Amino acid sequence: MSNGNRQVLTGHQVVANAMRQVDPDVVAAYPITPQSEIVEYFSKFVADGKVDSEVITVESEHSAMSACVGSSAAGARTMTATASQGLALMLEIVYIAASMRAPIVMTVANRALSGPINIHCDHSDSMAARDSGVIQIYGEDAQEAYDFTLMAQRLAENEDVLLPVMVTLDGFTLTHTAQVAELLPDDTVTDFVGEYEPLYPLLDVDNPTTQGPFDMPDYYFEHKLQQVEAMNNVPEKFLEVQEEFSDLSDREYSGLFESYRLDDADYAIVLLGSTAGTAKVVVDELRDKGKKVGLLKPWMFRPFPAEEMKEALKEKEAVAVFDRSLSFGSSGPLYLEVSSALSHEDNKPRLYNYTYGLGGRDIAEGHIAEVFEDLENPDLESKMHYINART
Amino acid sequence: MANFKTLAKREEKYKKFESGHSLCEGCGLPIAVRTILNSIDGSVVASNATGCLEVATTRYPTTAWNIPWIHNAFENAAATISGVESAYRSLKRKGKLDGETTFVAFAGDGGTYDIGLQSLSGALERGHKFLYVTLDNGAYMNTGIQRSSATPKGASTTTEPAGKVTYGKERQRKNLTEIVAAHEIPFVGQASISNLTDLSDKVEKAVAKDGPSFLNVLSTCQLGWRVPPSDAVNIAKKGVETCYWPLYEVDEGKYEVTYEPSEKLPVEEWLKPQKRFAALFKTGNEEILKEIQEDVDRDWKRLKAKASL
Repeated sequence: MSNGNRQVLTGHQVVANAMRQVDPDVVAAYPITPQSEIVEYFSKFVADGKVDSEVITVESEHSAMSACVGSSAAGARTMTATASQGLALMLEIVYIAASMRAPIVMTVANRALSGPINIHCDHSDSMAARDSGVIQIYGEDAQEAYDFTLMAQRLAENEDVLLPVMVTLDGFTLTHTAQVAELLPDDTVTDFVGEYEPLYPLLDVDNPTTQGPFDMPDYYFEHKLQQVEAMNNVPEKFLEVQEEFSDLSDREYSGLFESYRLDDADYAIVLLGSTAGTAKVVVDELRDKGKKVGLLKPWMFRPFPAEEMKEALKEKEAVAVFDRSLSFGSSGPLYLEVSSALSHEDNKPRLYNYTYGLGGRDIAEGHIAEVFEDLENPDLESKMHYINART
Repeated sequence: MANFKTLAKREEKYKKFESGHSLCEGCGLPIAVRTILNSIDGSVVASNATGCLEVATTRYPTTAWNIPWIHNAFENAAATISGVESAYRSLKRKGKLDGETTFVAFAGDGGTYDIGLQSLSGALERGHKFLYVTLDNGAYMNTGIQRSSATPKGASTTTEPAGKVTYGKERQRKNLTEIVAAHEIPFVGQASISNLTDLSDKVEKAVAKDGPSFLNVLSTCQLGWRVPPSDAVNIAKKGVETCYWPLYEVDEGKYEVTYEPSEKLPVEEWLKPQKRFAALFKTGNEEILKEIQEDVDRDWKRLKAKASL
């Protein structure tokens, strides 16, 4: 149905517009270095009367997430945006938001964690939050960041889920570059996200609730298992939301990851975020030369779609998993997931880990083409490979 | 102003804070909390920092709270209540919520003077309409009596203990009430569990303000102060009568001493019954005792000067 409005906007502007259309009751945010412009654009919408949200201009990201937890528990639709150090600072409270089943939607402009302080893109910030209980969705471009921000609202507030959702987009590559993105009409979004009806709002003073109590060993474990159950419900609910959104937007979303020319490929790359755009160009070029190559781009990293990914990759000859963050002393976080997903397969593909793009280091078509060439070599070393780095 | 009868009647009608919690005998916290909640006529929503009060009143699946209550973490009771209060204003503006509610944050001295100071300062500056209550017992009592920046000079704690060559904490405590007063919010008060009418009056003034308000309440910890539980209130009273803990308020910028002892007692009367100060009374530490008395005298004089403006 769509009737969308195609515009040239930066990733930050696109996300700010998604937030405007969602019209959250409360937004709490702080401009740490590196700062995300999302809240600046959003605050201008508030100042111009284009959205009726309460903006809490807190004194730190820690307080941003703390206020979000208070607001969400109170029964208000609540959003925030952050990046890098800000996410690291709020991490303590991200765990609490998830455990309190607060359906907060947060955007993360992926940028490298200090030190050294850097401000450019990599995934070390959001990967640090991967065990916090937050749902993580990675966007390839501004359009996906917009679409997932809207879908995240429905996913977070689903009664079988009730978890915070983090939508990420690559810092600078997506946040600061102008791209064409199609915004849905405001009223289409209003209808899509609907009214938020909280189950146990703190502000229901006639039915007082105690939220965030103290758990001893007799209950803590079971409360954690409730989070596990909620997380397990996510894939099915995400697919339902995708189906509805695809009808609205005329954009095709049907899966926990995107497969690009993958079905008959012998060699595949798995990676998250904006580098998928470059990788698709390389795949097309190599396909033109008769190479059977393809790409798998997870949209959802938490929960991780292990079973589906195993099915998509198990017949491949060789797979390179690209990580844009380090886990010092181990392999990259995405590699570990893919490796684990394939671990019980007898004839699994040869699997390799490539680290790329740390602190905003460029990755070009040539680098990706070289990896596909590497994969054809059955004697390729299974050590960590670093792309475009002086080793 | 509400007298005890009114407070008791309110509690009889609706008990906002129930008995059956696991706070120690002789603990000052429930005395303060009941007085504060009963002094607020109408519904209250509270946030609570991690600490004794939170742990001992909400062990799942039990709760002592008959009001909406939220605990988030140690350092963010103010930020959390600012989120709740913002949600309240937003939902009311959008016509999704009716009625009037008072917002209160409870935290200990560690959760305020130390790790929660930034969160408090931010929430005060932003002007949320809420009352922040610090229940000051002068150390991290919940976790085993570790020193905080509220610990008085000369007190022995587990992280700055009196030993063979030390007498306990060497530095004077941080003056949090004055730090908060410097935010120039509508109401700031200092109160004690020993003077409940004074505490109640201050709560009434505080919550009537259209903006942030703050109360610093001296609250006995019999374990940390090492006093008999039955002496809890009397000891706090000594704090007031020696002017170690003056009762005063800053109402719209105007300082007022709300209780003046008829006879200002020597500070030893406050120190001596508390075993945490025992080392101060050993031979050789006379100078420290003198310094503490001088600190109290100086601060009292400064306060009186502010009140005379």
